[in-house]
Amino acid sequence: MLELREVCTYYGNIQALRDISLRVEEGEIITLIGANGAGKSTTLMSISGIVPPKRGEILFRGRPIHELSADRIVALGICQVPEGRHIFPDLTVAENLDMGAFLRRDRKGIARDLDYVYSLFPILRERRNQPGGNLSGGEQQMLAISRALMARPQLLLLDEPSMGLAPLVTRQIFEIIRQINREQNTTIFLVEQNANLALKVADRGYVLETGRITMHDRAGALRANRDVQRAYLGI
Amino acid sequence: MLTLKDLGKACLIALWFVVLTFPLMVIKVNPIDRIITWRWHNMLWVGLGSFLCYLAGRIWLARRDVRLRRIRQGLAEEKPPLSRRILQNPAIWRPLLAAGVLFFLAFPALFSTYQTNIMITALMYVVLGLGLNIVVGVAGLLDLGYVAFYAVGAYAYALLNLHFGLGFWTVLPIGGLLAATFGILLGFPVLRLRGDYLAIVTLGFGEIIRLILENWNEFSHGPSGISNIPRPGLFGIQMSLDQSITYLYYLMIGMVTFTIFVVNRLQNSRIGRAWFALREDEIACQAMGIDKTRTKLTAFALGATWAGMVGVIFAAKTTFVNPASFTFLESAIILCIVVLGGMGSIVGVIIAALVLILLPEYLRAFSEYRMLVFGAVLVVMMVFRPQGIVANIRKTYQVEEK
Ligand SMILES: Nc1ncnc2c1ncn2[C@@H]1O[C@H](COP(=O)(O)OP(=O)(O)OP(=O)(O)O)[C@@H](O)[C@H]1O
Ligand SMILES: [Mg+2]
Repeated sequence: MLELREVCTYYGNIQALRDISLRVEEGEIITLIGANGAGKSTTLMSISGIVPPKRGEILFRGRPIHELSADRIVALGICQVPEGRHIFPDLTVAENLDMGAFLRRDRKGIARDLDYVYSLFPILRERRNQPGGNLSGGEQQMLAISRALMARPQLLLLDEPSMGLAPLVTRQIFEIIRQINREQNTTIFLVEQNANLALKVADRGYVLETGRITMHDRAGALRANRDVQRAYLGI
Repeated sequence: MLTLKDLGKACLIALWFVVLTFPLMVIKVNPIDRIITWRWHNMLWVGLGSFLCYLAGRIWLARRDVRLRRIRQGLAEEKPPLSRRILQNPAIWRPLLAAGVLFFLAFPALFSTYQTNIMITALMYVVLGLGLNIVVGVAGLLDLGYVAFYAVGAYAYALLNLHFGLGFWTVLPIGGLLAATFGILLGFPVLRLRGDYLAIVTLGFGEIIRLILENWNEFSHGPSGISNIPRPGLFGIQMSLDQSITYLYYLMIGMVTFTIFVVNRLQNSRIGRAWFALREDEIACQAMGIDKTRTKLTAFALGATWAGMVGVIFAAKTTFVNPASFTFLESAIILCIVVLGGMGSIVGVIIAALVLILLPEYLRAFSEYRMLVFGAVLVVMMVFRPQGIVANIRKTYQVEEK
């Protein structure tokens, strides 16, 4: 579904990604793990076109997208939940969700999806007329995920959904990620610090070290790998 | 409520103001008779005045703090601000609105031509304020060179009339379009900048336009400007000066109404929501598929359109344009209107424009002190009501559910 071929991305003169190549298959959950500053967020930013790569190719369903602008990429069905949530603090919860459907015109479908995300996160329905900035961190994360779902993406890019959340809420969110993957048949690209949980929900995983992919395998195999255990699972 | 410390501080502040205003209020030099008059009594007034003002301000702030604390502890109900209570109660705002409309419609009949003329200027600033409000208030792009688009409109009318004999009504839309084009031209390179950088570049752009007009003699007739610009016509009817001013007044009223209508529609439209969202969080907007550049450009272009059209009206009103009318001060005043009115608030901007333009006129009675008073009003406003006269009540909308 998605393929990165030797992607190099720079911030000014600093190279953040070095020849990243990876594949995401239709319907799977894939995870990218790595230390702070490894370039995980940058990988997602490159895919979604917010920080376009300097070299290399990104193909979505066989079509090159690395030269498209961010809004065109969203229109193709790739939606990102940026690291740190980035909800609109002064818009109400309902308006935040509506912004997610910004590119859509099918009012019936939007209403149906709104219902769906409210059923995933009932707390959002209760809070729908409150400003997004008044939500707790976990609720904001739920809002950010829901907002992205409102775009009805085929590929959902999730950047550290567990950041700053209590373990219980984290588990709940991961459960819902799996549910979205199952029920909506949404392919999910998950970036996580919490490698343990990420490898539990994912089908396959890639390991990123200072801008390079150093390993990739089935999630179970990675969890069993001694190096991964030592470096990322703290075993 | 008032402590000894407050009193001490008030004394200190009174002393400071006495020193500060000493040259202005106490010494009076008469260069012809070569005498200096010392007006010591003024010192007393300044001292006493600032002492009392400070105490009044302290009391007001203290009471507000007490109220806020009680609200936080759940002891008192949060009272919505006065502006909101008025705006959300039809029984209050309907008669107010009707009275306002009647007043403005009857204005030329009630007041002298001189007053009407001032009111026309004020109405022009209302439209300018509403235009800039789109850019600064709604989309959050700090534009310090807004006057450039105003100049584009004014010179469009002056030059097109001079060379091609085009009339007011033909140039009005052309001026708007031309300004929008300039907005887009300027927008393309600068909109990737943010905040302070955008402000500086737009400031530069405003100055460049003015300098071009000042120095390119063959094109714009330089500092001496262009005169004999015709006033707006009405089916070729000959009008006396008084009549044409009245006509212009009603034209401006129509223009203001039109602007309010359009701006209101824009703010509540898809693009309006995109502007608002863009002001809140750019990365989120991009992630949601909002075309950042295009959204900013439309804000810039639509804001500029109003300046262009008011520019045409300005040229027609004064029948004369020169670069001196388009200095940075103009941009600053229009920006003041937006900030003072309350970013993004249409009602606030209208009130602020009327106050800011009419106040200095009617303060002429205090001639030499009027700018001082004007400045003081701005400072006091920003200290006590930084959110503006009418804090923006954004219409939150209900999203359809199944
Ligand atoms: N806006 C930026 N400007 C300059 N350098 C940046 C910028 N954002 C990231 N970098 C650099 O790029 C590299 C990769 O950053 P990235 O944010 O992708 O890391 P990450 O893997 O997401 O880390 P974390 O787990 O802490 O979120 C880092 O060395 C970082 O310093
Ligand atoms: Mg990151």
